[in-house]
Parts: sequence; structure tokens; C-alpha cells
Amino acid sequence: MVEIDAQGIHYRDLNQRVRRLIGQGKREFNLINVNGQRYIGDGLASSVRMEINGTPGNDLAAFASGVEITVHGNVQDGVANTLNDGKLIVHGHAGDILGYGMRGGQVYIKGKVGYRVGIHMKGYREQEPVIIIGGTAGDFLGEYMAGGKIILLGLNRIRDEALVGNHLAVGMHGGVIYLRGEVEPNKLGREVRPEKLGQDDWDDLERLLADYCREFDFSLKEIISADFWKLIPVSSRPYGKIYAY
Amino acid sequence: MSLTMKSPEFLIDRDDDRCINCQVCERQCANEVHYYDHDLSKMSAVDLNCVNCHRCVTLCPSKALRISKYPLEYKENYNWSAEMINNIFKQAETGGVLLTGMGNPSRKKIYWDHLLLNASQVTNPSIDPLREPMELKTFLGRKPERVEFNGEGNIVNLPPQLELGTPIMFSAMSFGSISLNASKSLARAASELNMMYNTGEGGLHQDLYQYGENTIVQVASGRFGVHKEYLNAGTAIEIKIGQGAKPGIGGHLPGEKVGEEVSRTRMIPQGTDALSPAPHHDIYSIEDLRQLIYALKEATVYAKPVSVKISAVHNVAAIASGIASAGADIIAVDGYRGGTGAAPTMIRDNVGIPIELALAAVDDRLREEGLRNQVSLVVGGSIRNSADIVKAIALGADAVYIGSAALIAMGCHLCQKCYTGKCNWGIATQRADLVKRLNPEIGVERLKNLVKGWSHEIKEMLGGMGINAIESLRGNRLMLRGIDLNPNELEILGIKHAGE
Repeated sequence: MVEIDAQGIHYRDLNQRVRRLIGQGKREFNLINVNGQRYIGDGLASSVRMEINGTPGNDLAAFASGVEITVHGNVQDGVANTLNDGKLIVHGHAGDILGYGMRGGQVYIKGKVGYRVGIHMKGYREQEPVIIIGGTAGDFLGEYMAGGKIILLGLNRIRDEALVGNHLAVGMHGGVIYLRGEVEPNKLGREVRPEKLGQDDWDDLERLLADYCREFDFSLKEIISADFWKLIPVSSRPYGKIYAY
Repeated sequence: MSLTMKSPEFLIDRDDDRCINCQVCERQCANEVHYYDHDLSKMSAVDLNCVNCHRCVTLCPSKALRISKYPLEYKENYNWSAEMINNIFKQAETGGVLLTGMGNPSRKKIYWDHLLLNASQVTNPSIDPLREPMELKTFLGRKPERVEFNGEGNIVNLPPQLELGTPIMFSAMSFGSISLNASKSLARAASELNMMYNTGEGGLHQDLYQYGENTIVQVASGRFGVHKEYLNAGTAIEIKIGQGAKPGIGGHLPGEKVGEEVSRTRMIPQGTDALSPAPHHDIYSIEDLRQLIYALKEATVYAKPVSVKISAVHNVAAIASGIASAGADIIAVDGYRGGTGAAPTMIRDNVGIPIELALAAVDDRLREEGLRNQVSLVVGGSIRNSADIVKAIALGADAVYIGSAALIAMGCHLCQKCYTGKCNWGIATQRADLVKRLNPEIGVERLKNLVKGWSHEIKEMLGGMGINAIESLRGNRLMLRGIDLNPNELEILGIKHAGE
């Protein structure tokens, strides 16, 4: 494993150094003192593993395919932008637009996430993007969602803190969102309906959460002992009939 | 269903003396206009279905068909035109949003037609491109403030450039909005002409990777088919913010058009609507745009110019200045006449501004702010002939995008029904029986012929002005004069009136 001290290094130099080392055959990195550097892991392909200590900047792992990144700290906006495949484990909170247009891979956030998370996520064939959020989420979670899975757990909430913000799943036309707890109907987009979980859902949820819980040392049993709901789109073509031909 | 008040737009006129009842028209029409009437033992037609695409007229072996405007006249009314009335009937029956295809056809001033070019007489000899060298080569990308050379005399600090043999590129048209055969024709023609075509937001079909050197790959709000190999496959990347036909709104490719090939290329399941949100939700500011530009540059190791495409809107000059500051290498501006596969009619016909004015304003602003060398300027929407190109370059463009003109070269007859997916010419359709009507071999030849003819005309016009390189025309507004333009228009265009 190659250790890189990112203290005071511009993102362009840091990322270039990582790419150069990959070119030399290095595959495992430990980045320390990361403080806001953007685009770490951008466009990187499979078999690259990275530990990040500190707070990476925006667009972490954007356009990447297969990279594995563990962040010991919080992450900022635009994480996993258009991610094609890979795994991101964040031992902290995440900012806005996490997983925009994500097509594959897993993103595990231990804490909370900001606005517009998982928008326009889309599954394709065997690719199924998964975002699991330990804490709460802001407005527009799963907007335009076209595929994949979002699991929102809402753990460790303070008193009456809401599980999720407004405009949940507006424009959703594919995929599924699992919520640990109930959501007020006025927060939901018109394009989705809440349902109770079937056996297939529980099987899926257990499988996905088992891996998540392992990463963060959470108790799977405790998490799935709560009441879950799922949101699925009413139609795969929400806007199919708005035009006059 | 209540009574429909829709009336036919076109009248099918069949000369029964010429008609041989071969039924070619019936087989060729995806709109099901023609049919054989067994009772009367002759061909007949449903006028209401006709879109006037001329497929039947062109293919009728005995030339028995003629299509004209349906002679149904509403009571004369300057305010309530037949189009307005028919649109209201259509909406009263469906409750829907009016949809249309191709560019804004409305009767508004076309500034190209009010610009006149200069030519040399006596004092500065004109040049004959048939016998003298004439340079159309164009490089798009950021130009450094000053060049630095290494020991061998090569420039060492030149950012990546697109090299074009002629200042023309095929504008963004996605596979999905157009057929694979149309995409193939554009890609191959671009590669044989040393120019670029643009994938639009439709991903890159596996058969088209071989033309990567002549491909601009687009990244738009839906991120369809965008992944690492895609970004690396092209020579440049274009971030699409807007297009001239529908500024401010996104796009819906209806599920009917998402068949197996489109599904694989866009990487979405078959039959689902491909929804492109109106904004990029990661871009709410120039700083955010900079973030996406640099995310793409990082992902492709700074090896490719990044273009940002916007529609020409009221504040286009200020926006373009922001885009240049954000680090884009190319700015593409699309005028309000720009084409589309589908757009709400009200938006297409009422939103945005003419490209000629936008271009002049953007070029001025970038010069004033000392940013012009940092970006190349590409304009489209709508370039109709080689003179439009010469005028655009004299106004300040580096190159032009052509879309509608390229489609017309491949056989489009501008019926404006692209959104129905029933294009009888095999261009704007995914129906296998229609797609095969466009032979890519022929499509390529026709596109090559068009660009060849236009390039020669550009050389003739340059030569006439006594100029032997397109570089010398760029932003050379002294070569332009206005006709029938008011002082305001002349000032915005930065040109004098004819006679001055």
C-alpha cells in the first residue's frame, strides 16, 4: 500500500500522482491529511483500492468504474457522480447530489446525506446501483430515479428529527427506495406509492444490509427489527401522456 | 370519443390516368395515408394522416401523386390563423402539450439574409481557389497566451485541440432521436471528411467506436450511456446545458423508441422513457459548471477539449463569459431556429434569440474581457448554406454546427413529425422496416457531397474577398454589411449598413 500525504497538495497534483503510481502498477493507496481535494478517484477503473483519511472534496469517484474507496471522515458534494461500478464506504456524513446518475456499485454512508441524493440513478441489466444511508436524508431523495436501490435507515436520530425531507422520489420511474419507518404522504412525489415489504424485499434487504452492517459494525438484527416501507414508481412512463399528437 | 374538428393539412391529388395501382405509396407510407379501395378498384387516400413528407411522391413510378396545402380556409383573420385554430382543436380534444419537431419555422427575421458579403475590386486582388492555395483548416480549443517551444521547435504548452479540415461539424443528434443508419452515416462522413460529429445524449453505439477520432461525446443531465470508455472514446467532450429548440427544458425520449439497441447504447432498460432533467442538478452556478468541466478533464487526464453547449438566450454574452472563465475550451451556442427531434411547440417558437445576434454579442463580450483566445466559439441553429457559414465566421465564430442541413442531405423533407417515430425516410425512427430505407453508404456519400460543395463555395467567397485562409476572416466584420437593418441591430451585429 502506497501512503500519500495530501497536506497542502493541489488536487491536480494529487490525482496526477495517484494516476502515475497506478501506471507503475500500484493498486492500493492510503491518502492521509486529505482536506478538500476534489476529483479523487475520478475515472479510475477496477482493482484500485483507496483509504482516505480526512475530508475529500467534491466529485469523489466521479465517472469511476470499479474503484474501492473507504473514507475515514465526511465527504462533500457530488460523490459517485455517474459511477459505473465500485464501492464507496464513508465513515461519516455526505453532502448533496450523492450518486447522481449512478449506474452501478455500492455507496455506504454511515451518517446523514444532503439534498438530491440518488437522483437519476439507473440500473441496467446486471448493474444495480445501491445507496445505503445510515442517518437521515434531505429533500428530493431519489428524484427522477430510474433504477437501483436506495435504503434509508434514519439511525441515531435526535428526538423528532425527520427521516427524510420533502419531495421524496418525485419523477421516480424505476428502482425501489426502502425506508426504515413511515413517511408522511405529503412528502411523497405523485409518481410513487408506498407499500409494505414482501418476502422478496426482505430477502433483498437482508442481503444488502448484511454487507453494510459488516462494514460499520452495526447490528443487522437490530436494524431489520424495525418497520420498513418501500416506495415504487406508479409507472415506468410518468410523462408518457402529456403531449398532444 | 366526440367529433374531431381536426382538418387535414394536406390534400393528396392522384392522377388516375397515371396511377397504375402498384401500391408502392401504400407500402411506403408509415402514416397509413394510401390504401387500395377494393370496391372502386383503385387507390385512395386518407388526407388527414398525411404529413407531406414526399416519400410517396418521390417513389411513385408513374409520378401520379401531387400533394398540396388543403384548400380549407377559415374565415380570414389575421389574428386567428388556421394554425392557431387547429392547435386549439387539438388541445381541446387531448388536453396535451403541443409537440413538434425540427426548427422554429415561424415568420421572424432571419438575420443571415440581411447580411451581405464583401468582394475585392481593383485594389486588393481576388484569389481563385481552383488554382491557388486556400486554407480552411480550423483548430478548436484553448489557445495559450504565448507559445513555448522545446529544443526541436515543437510547441510544448498547447492545450488539446480539435483539428477540422473545414469549419463545419455535425451537431448533436442522439441515437434514439435518429436511427442507427443515420448515426452511422454522420459518423462515417465525419471521419472521411476530417470533421466531427456529435453523439448527443444517446451514448455511443458499439459500431461507432471506430470513428472515435471524429466524435464529440456529449454529457447531459440524464447521463445516458456515459461511462469511462465513452468519455475516452471521443476526441472531445461536450457538456450539454441547453439546445436552441428548447432552452430551459429537458428531453423525453418516449419508451416506444427505447428498443434493444437504444437500450444497450443508453444503458437503460428497454421500453422505459429516457428522461433528461431540465437542469443538471449538480450545476446551479458557474462554479458548479467549472466543477463538472474539471471532473471530466480529470477523468480523461486533460487530454480532450471540453465544450459547453448552451442555447442562445437573452443573457447569452454574460453566460458565455462565465463559461470561458469556468475553464471550457469550446463554447457552442445554439440559436432559436435550431432543430430537434421533439420539443413543445410553444417553447420552440417563442423561447431564445437568433444566433446571429447571440454570436455577435458573445464574441464582443469575450473580446472585451480578454477571454476570446481561451475558448473557441461554435454556432448552430440554423445554418442553411455556405454563405451562412462565411457570415458566421466573419461575425466571430470559429466553426459551425449543422444539424437540419445534414438531415436534409440524407433525405429529410422537413415535415416536422420526428416525434412520431414514423419517419418515412428512415432518419428519425427506430422502426426496423423504416430504418433500413436509409442506406448508410448513400447517406455518407450525400453528406460528403454537401460538405464538399459547401467547402468549395466557402473558398470561392473567401477568394472573392482576397482572403486565402479562413483564419483571416474570423471576426473580420468589415467583410459584412447590413441591409434593411435598424441602427440597433447594426450596433449589436457590429457592422455598417450597406453603402456606408
